[in-house]
Amino acid sequence: MPNTIHIPTPLRPFTDKKESVEVSGATVGELLKDLTTRHDGLKKHLYTDEGRLRNFVNVYLNDEDIRYLQKEQTPVKPGDQLSIVPSVAGGAVSPKPRAKAEGAR
Amino acid sequence: MATATDVELPTLSAEEIKRYSRHLIMPEIGMDGQRRIKAGSVLCIGAGGLGSPAAMYLAAAGVGRIGIVDFDVVDYSNLQRQLLHTTNDVGRTKLESARNKINALNPHVQVDTYDEALSSDNAMRLFKGYDVILDGTDNFPTRYLVNDACVLMGIPNAYGSIFRFEGQASVFAAKEGPCYRCLYPEPPPPGLVPSCAEGGVLGVLPGVIGVIQATESIKLLTGVGQPLIGRFLIYDALNMKFRELKLRRDPDCPVCGTNPTVTKLIDYDQFCGIVQPVHEQATGATVSTSEITPVDLKKKLDAGETPFILDVREPNEYQINKIPGSTLIPLGELPRRYQELPKDRPIVTQCKTGARSGKARDFLKTVGFNDVLNLKGGILAWIDQVDPSQPKY
Repeated sequence: MPNTIHIPTPLRPFTDKKESVEVSGATVGELLKDLTTRHDGLKKHLYTDEGRLRNFVNVYLNDEDIRYLQKEQTPVKPGDQLSIVPSVAGGAVSPKPRAKAEGAR
Repeated sequence: MATATDVELPTLSAEEIKRYSRHLIMPEIGMDGQRRIKAGSVLCIGAGGLGSPAAMYLAAAGVGRIGIVDFDVVDYSNLQRQLLHTTNDVGRTKLESARNKINALNPHVQVDTYDEALSSDNAMRLFKGYDVILDGTDNFPTRYLVNDACVLMGIPNAYGSIFRFEGQASVFAAKEGPCYRCLYPEPPPPGLVPSCAEGGVLGVLPGVIGVIQATESIKLLTGVGQPLIGRFLIYDALNMKFRELKLRRDPDCPVCGTNPTVTKLIDYDQFCGIVQPVHEQATGATVSTSEITPVDLKKKLDAGETPFILDVREPNEYQINKIPGSTLIPLGELPRRYQELPKDRPIVTQCKTGARSGKARDFLKTVGFNDVLNLKGGILAWIDQVDPSQPKY
């Protein structure tokens, strides 16, 4: 029984632009492993060289942060949905004095 | 909010009663709520994509004092989404433009503008006296700075963030609620997450997210409804879907946890691993041995040399302008397409400003391409120095 992983916009270049990927496994860790096997380019964005999930990448099982479940060992049920939620900083180009250096006009 | 209960609420003039009548007849707001809004103050960090709609609705709603921190100048490329500013404002400061619009919309609002870059030195001074901080900036150092200052001062942060067609919103640093660091203890390394200037943004998206931030600000001021505390809202404009995730306060959070290690503002550029902004590197005076200037590239081409020019931007950027003879492989596709590149020709990598193509050059060197130079300043510098006939974006 496959589970769905939601891919956030910034990571879609690494999943052939797919918004979600069907994966299978018994735990959150196995689902993520299946995902990075299917889409190799994602690996360095999700994991450190030592194979740990990166700190600025949050993974949610349904609406719950896996850090407050059993992390990557959290068991998954059929139909459970996984979301990757990376930090995004977008908004106004401000207030670092960068726009001026860039020559805003 | 302290202002709501502790201090005597201001009264409304006959003109204000007429203006806010649609609020006043709602039981959830009413006369009391409107007076709380009038007593309230919100500081918008940035008057750009998120700050524009937020400030306009806050002004229309009658927030008594709106502060804006910004030092940017209105540019043509802002007008696709920053509704505070109009074509006539191009070249003016965003603060001046914002003040004019807000005054025109609602003269009962006091507008306080701060023409400075938010920093660890001025954040506490600027935030002092405001009931809500509305964070609409586009870089990680400022995100962490705003968060930490809000936590340390006990001021809630109406947070919003956008990328392409996806937005995020929450209320951080409210009493008992989680903060931004509970969600993301550490920032991503510089360059891994593209900014809106690099990745683009659907113009209406900041409208939706900025208005959510304004909505939350008004709820915080009036105390009505269920604020977006401990919840993280994700909006996907392309599929028109909202999702909500649970946020928890992290007892180990370095700033709002039980044993905080961050007790005053720090150097956030250093915290985010930023040594020098990429754009400054791209326009700086020195040319490193792994770079080539547009003028030098043109000389080589004119001399009959045939370097392989690899454009690593996205296809839609390539439609706007390009260096003749260049080949497009977007940076994200490079790891699985680099075999398409010739092994027997020098390669020049190129993007908009030189940042992404610098990463492409570094990547190509790791997979066995030795003769790779990055075009300094990207296509923008090429247009400035070699081919002014092409449009810039």
